[in-house]
Amino acid sequence: MSVRYQKLADLIVDRLGALVQRHVVARGELTIEVAAADLIEAMTRLRDLPEFGFDQLVDLCGVDYASYRNGGWEGARFAAVYHLLSVANNRRLRVRAFATDDDYPVLPTVTAIWSSANWYEREAFDLFGLLFDGHPDLRRILTDYGFVGHPFRKDFPLEGHVEMRYDPEQRRVIYQPVTIEPRVNQPRVIRDDHRYAGQGE
Amino acid sequence: MAEIHNYTINFGPQHPAAHGVLRLILEMDGETVVRADPHVGLLHRATEKLAESKPFNQSIGYMDRLDYVSMMCNEHGYVMAIEKLLGAEVPLRAQYIRVMFDEITRILNHLMWIGTHGLDIGAMTMFLYAFREREDLMDMYEAVSGARMHATYYRVGGVARDLPEVMPRYERSKWHDEDDVKRMNANREGSLLDFIHDFTERFPACVDEYETLLTENRIWRQRTVGIGTVSPERALQLGFTGPMLRGSGVEWDLRKKQPYEVYDRLDFDIPVGVNGDCYDRYLVRIEEMRQANRIIRQCVDWLRDNPGPVMVDDHKIAAPPREAMKAGMEGLIHHFKLFSEGYQVPEGEAYAAVEHPKGEFGIYLLSDGANKPYRLKIRAPGFAHLSAMDEMVRGHMLADVVAVIGTQDIVFGEIDR
Repeated sequence: MSVRYQKLADLIVDRLGALVQRHVVARGELTIEVAAADLIEAMTRLRDLPEFGFDQLVDLCGVDYASYRNGGWEGARFAAVYHLLSVANNRRLRVRAFATDDDYPVLPTVTAIWSSANWYEREAFDLFGLLFDGHPDLRRILTDYGFVGHPFRKDFPLEGHVEMRYDPEQRRVIYQPVTIEPRVNQPRVIRDDHRYAGQGE
Repeated sequence: MAEIHNYTINFGPQHPAAHGVLRLILEMDGETVVRADPHVGLLHRATEKLAESKPFNQSIGYMDRLDYVSMMCNEHGYVMAIEKLLGAEVPLRAQYIRVMFDEITRILNHLMWIGTHGLDIGAMTMFLYAFREREDLMDMYEAVSGARMHATYYRVGGVARDLPEVMPRYERSKWHDEDDVKRMNANREGSLLDFIHDFTERFPACVDEYETLLTENRIWRQRTVGIGTVSPERALQLGFTGPMLRGSGVEWDLRKKQPYEVYDRLDFDIPVGVNGDCYDRYLVRIEEMRQANRIIRQCVDWLRDNPGPVMVDDHKIAAPPREAMKAGMEGLIHHFKLFSEGYQVPEGEAYAAVEHPKGEFGIYLLSDGANKPYRLKIRAPGFAHLSAMDEMVRGHMLADVVAVIGTQDIVFGEIDR
């Protein structure tokens, strides 16, 4: 499996050249990193060149690296991760693109390349606040009407900021600040495990 | 002449044909749909964020609640992603058990689908027939995990426990006398495998029965032929997977193309549609039920002959046996560590996909080396399917919207996550 993907990696580096910033083959999967500015060019070639033929965008998701390894992350905070699938060649590919500005993360939209990107980009915008330049209809999708904030960012508390209840005096549903206390039952622990030394990246 | 404008109607979120909490804003020209705007998220529970806040094993139960009519397949995707990162080898018997229950789940899901799809477009009886067989399948779930639906049966490194030697039986009550009980227990005298074997004997005839009700039925054909047609090119563009993609004539099934567990050792066929309309997708799913039955049968035969462990023998990720925990210090420490802190998963990322009854169910897992996932993304097949709703219903009648919702096999647990 890994040999197959090593070959694909070499082919991609050959065809896309400087568009690929980094590539990793691990666990039988290939990941490439592309700059936001080159994203459209790279994705179009990945779809159209017959040796790649990635005709399906299987998944698109946002990632917030703010607390990666408990805050040890250097580099851009937000990324979008694209999972591509080639039905003709039976290959998968993961493409990661970082948004350069942490305060105003923007990436170009791939809706013109794959129609399925439409809702996935809306979801990434809703949950992470990633903006997709050129998207035809960038509305919130999963959160409530009138929701404030981007809930999957690492600085957004798990409990949220507001809760909803029926108020018998006003005889309507109202929002109020959350009343539950944040609670961590099992702390997050990272150990340097000798069994996995040298794995990962 | 008076000028007639398009008007907008609101469909759902509480509507019997909305399969949960779908809210559709439909722009109509007379009875023709001009534009459909689905509003989703009414069932959003932030499963992905919840999973990021707890150790890996504690989220398996959440996976059942995503697509709540095909529970074990969701678990399968999740544990496979963790196993990929850990590099854990699953015992062969556990792989067969997983495949068998994946296929039981497929039948469970397709029965639910045909029941509700039929109900929506005027075939009331289907619902009653489908639920008759679902009862037996849910008894299988219950026998193996103790729960009829939310099983939490798959574990990282195997399955929670081996198949039971005895099938639970009915007891005499004031509603059922001796003869009743004897009749009801007729196929429960042996083990769970005997019960499943008996089911596989009966089930093909049941599918024939469904087909006599629907396949040649004039009303059924009028409601489904030529409705919601999707070309193979568009199906790929729109991110379709599973029966939705195969209904459009693309031969793509992860069980064959990227086989996981023991699917490469089993003999089964992949049905493919021709026209890409609701009727073809119906035929594909019906045939999938027959093929799932074949796979279950092969698994039953193998499992009968091959006893063995069903859990990996690594107590860093799998709980030690109860006796070892009670009698030995090492077992006690393993047990305590596992149930308090959990296990660390090496840094890296993995995407594991299974051929879920609805399509490709994928889990993208990003780990930074902690005992909790750093980011978990659930790739739900229904999300991509529903996003194509607008394209599929444009130009059709209002009543066809219901047929398209049915054919997409929408379940909101997975779409809203």
